[in-house]
Amino acid sequence: MIQAVGLTKQYGGKTAVYNLSFQVRPGTVTGFLGPNGSGKSTTMRMILGLDEPTSGQVTIGGVPYRQLPNAPRKVGALLDAKAVHGGRSARQHLLCVAQLSGIPARRVDEVLGVVGLQDVAFRRSKGFSLGMGQRLGIAGALLGDPGVLLFDEPVNGLDPEGIHWVRNLMRKLASEGRTVFVSSHLMSEMALTADHLIVIGRGQLLADMSVKDFIAHHSTGYALVRTPAEGSERETFDKALAEAGGTVQAEPDGALRVTGLELPRISDIAYDSGVRLWELSPHQASLEEAYMRLTSGAVDYRSTQDPRRGLQFQQQAQAWGQQPYGPPQPPYGQPQPYGQPGYGQPGHGQQPYGQQPGWGWQPPQGQPQGQPPAALPPQQPPAVPTAPAAPPVPAAPTAPATPALNLDKSDSEDAR
Amino acid sequence: MASPSAVLQSEWTKIKSVRSTIWTLALAFIVTVALGAVICLVFNNTYSDMSDSDKATFDPTNTAFFGMSLGQLALIVFGVLVISSEYSTGMIRTSLAAVPQRGMFYFCKVAVAGLLALVVGMATSFITFFLGQSLLGSHKASIGDPGVLRAVFGAGLYMALMVLLCVGAASMLRSPMLGLGILMPFFFLVSPILSAVPKVKSVAKYFPDQAGQKIMQVVNDPDSHTSYGPWGGIAIMAVWVVVALIGGYAVLAKRDA
Repeated sequence: MIQAVGLTKQYGGKTAVYNLSFQVRPGTVTGFLGPNGSGKSTTMRMILGLDEPTSGQVTIGGVPYRQLPNAPRKVGALLDAKAVHGGRSARQHLLCVAQLSGIPARRVDEVLGVVGLQDVAFRRSKGFSLGMGQRLGIAGALLGDPGVLLFDEPVNGLDPEGIHWVRNLMRKLASEGRTVFVSSHLMSEMALTADHLIVIGRGQLLADMSVKDFIAHHSTGYALVRTPAEGSERETFDKALAEAGGTVQAEPDGALRVTGLELPRISDIAYDSGVRLWELSPHQASLEEAYMRLTSGAVDYRSTQDPRRGLQFQQQAQAWGQQPYGPPQPPYGQPQPYGQPGYGQPGHGQQPYGQQPGWGWQPPQGQPQGQPPAALPPQQPPAVPTAPAAPPVPAAPTAPATPALNLDKSDSEDAR
Repeated sequence: MASPSAVLQSEWTKIKSVRSTIWTLALAFIVTVALGAVICLVFNNTYSDMSDSDKATFDPTNTAFFGMSLGQLALIVFGVLVISSEYSTGMIRTSLAAVPQRGMFYFCKVAVAGLLALVVGMATSFITFFLGQSLLGSHKASIGDPGVLRAVFGAGLYMALMVLLCVGAASMLRSPMLGLGILMPFFFLVSPILSAVPKVKSVAKYFPDQAGQKIMQVVNDPDSHTSYGPWGGIAIMAVWVVVALIGGYAVLAKRDA
C-alpha cells in the first residue's frame, strides 16, 4: 500500500507536483497517467525516497521508503530502462543490484529467465535495444520478490509480444496480492492493464477512480443507428428522437450517432415512426477519449502547426500546408478496438497525444465512430459543421488558440 | 537495512565489472613504472654531465617516481568515474533505491575504491622503485637507506589518497565531464605551474598534490623548501581528502538523486 499525502515537489521555481494525495492498494494494478512532464516520474522518485518532497509525505505500508527495513525486498522499481552502466553485462548489472540488497546470485539467473534475457545475460548492456533495457529494468524490479512494485513507463520500446507479456505480468503480480503501480502516458495500454487509475496533469490530481468509473464519469456512450429511411421519413424519425430527448448527429457515411437515449427507446421510436433500422449498436466512448478530454487543459508540450516558412520554397510550402499532412493516421477520437493485438505498440506510442491539437483529438460528434480508419479518406473532412477537423490556417502557428477551441468544443459537448 | 558487507560486495562487483577500472589502473601502473624507468636510465647515462650541486642533491628514490605526475592522471580518471558514472548512467537511482542509507552506500563505495587504489598504488610504487634503482646503476638508493622505505610506501599512499580526493570531488560535481574537466587540468597544469611561480608558490605548496609528493623525497632539495616534512605533507593531503569526502557525502545526502 502506497499512500501519498499532500505531496508537493518544487524544483527551483517550477512546481513539478502539487498537493498530490492518493492511495495505491494491494491486489490491483493501479495506472498512473498524465501527459509528458506532468510529474509522474517525480512522484515515483519521491515514493522511492530518491527525491525529497518539498512538503507532504509518501509512505509505503505507513513508513517512508528511506526508513523501511530491508527496502529492496519490499519494494521493487523500474524507473528508467537506460539507467544501466553500458559497460556491464545484464547479469553483472543485476548482480550489483542483488548484492546491494543481499539477494543471492542464483536469483539473478531466475529473473533473467523470467524476462527472457537469459541468452544475452553476458552481453554488455550498451548494445541493448530499449525493449531489452525495459526487460532488464523489470528484472531488477522483480529481484527482491517485493510486495510493492513501481514501473515507470514499462512498455516504452517493447514489441507487441513484450507489451502483451508486461500486461500479463502486471496482472499476475497484482493477482498475487501485490501492490502494482504503473505509470504510462498510453491510456489505451492502461485500459487493458489497470483496474484503477490515478490521473495527474501539471502535477495535480485529476482523477482517482476505477477504470469503469473513469469511463462513466468522463465520457458519454452513444448509439450508432443506421437506417435506410430517407427524406421526410427520415426527418420524422430525427424529430421523434429529438423530442424524446436524444441528440442526433449524422456520420459521414450516413449513419446516425444518437446520444441521450437508451437503445430500446430508440428502437421503440423507430417502430413508432415506421422506420426500419439496419443497425442499432451501443458504443462506449473510449478511455482514450475520456483521458484526452480530462487532460486537454494540462498538456504542457504541444506541437504547433509547421508552417514551413523557414524553407526557401515558400510556394511549395504553402501548397503542402493546405493539404493537412499526416492525416493517414486515424484521429484519436476514433474508437480503437482494444483487444486488437499490437495496439499501443511503439509505433502508436510515438505519437504523443496533444500533438497537432487542431485535429489530433476531436470531440466525438465529428468522428466517424465505428468506422475502420480506411472508411474515411483523409482529405475528406467529416460532413458535420461542428467538427473542428478543418485544419488550422496553415500559414500561422495557431497552436495557442487551437487548444482553447478544442476545450470549448468539449465543454459545449458536455452541456449537450 | 542493507548490511555493510553486502554493499561492499556489490561495490566490488560494480568496480570490477566495468572496463574503465582495468584500463585506468593499468594505465596508471604502466605509465608510472615505465616513465620512471626511462628517466632513471637517462639519469644514469648523463650522471657524469651533471653539475656538482645537482649531484649533491640527486635523489635516486624521487627520480624513480617522476613518472607519477603523468601516471596520476589515469588515477584521477579512475577516481572520477567510480562515482560519476553512477550519475551519468542513472544507476545512482537504482543503487540508492536498493540502499536508502546513503551514508553506507557512499562509505562502501569510497572504501572499495580506496582499498583498490591502495593495493594498486603500493604495487606500482614498489615496482617503480626497484625497477628504477636497478637502472640507476651505481647511483641507486637501497630500500634500507634512511627515509627510502618511507618514500616508497608514501608513494603508494599518495596514489590512494589521490583517488579518494577525486572520488570526493566527483561526488560533489556529479558529472564525469565536470569532474574530469576540472581535476585533470588542475593536477596536470595548474598546480605544477603555480608551484613554480614565485610568491604564489608559498600557497601552491599546500595544494594536495604538492604537499603529498613531499613524502617521496629522500634528499632535501634546498630550492623547494617547505615548512612541513614528508609526513606533514601527506597529512595536509589527507586533510584535503577528508574535506572532499565530507563535501561529497553532504551533496549525496542532501540532494535529490
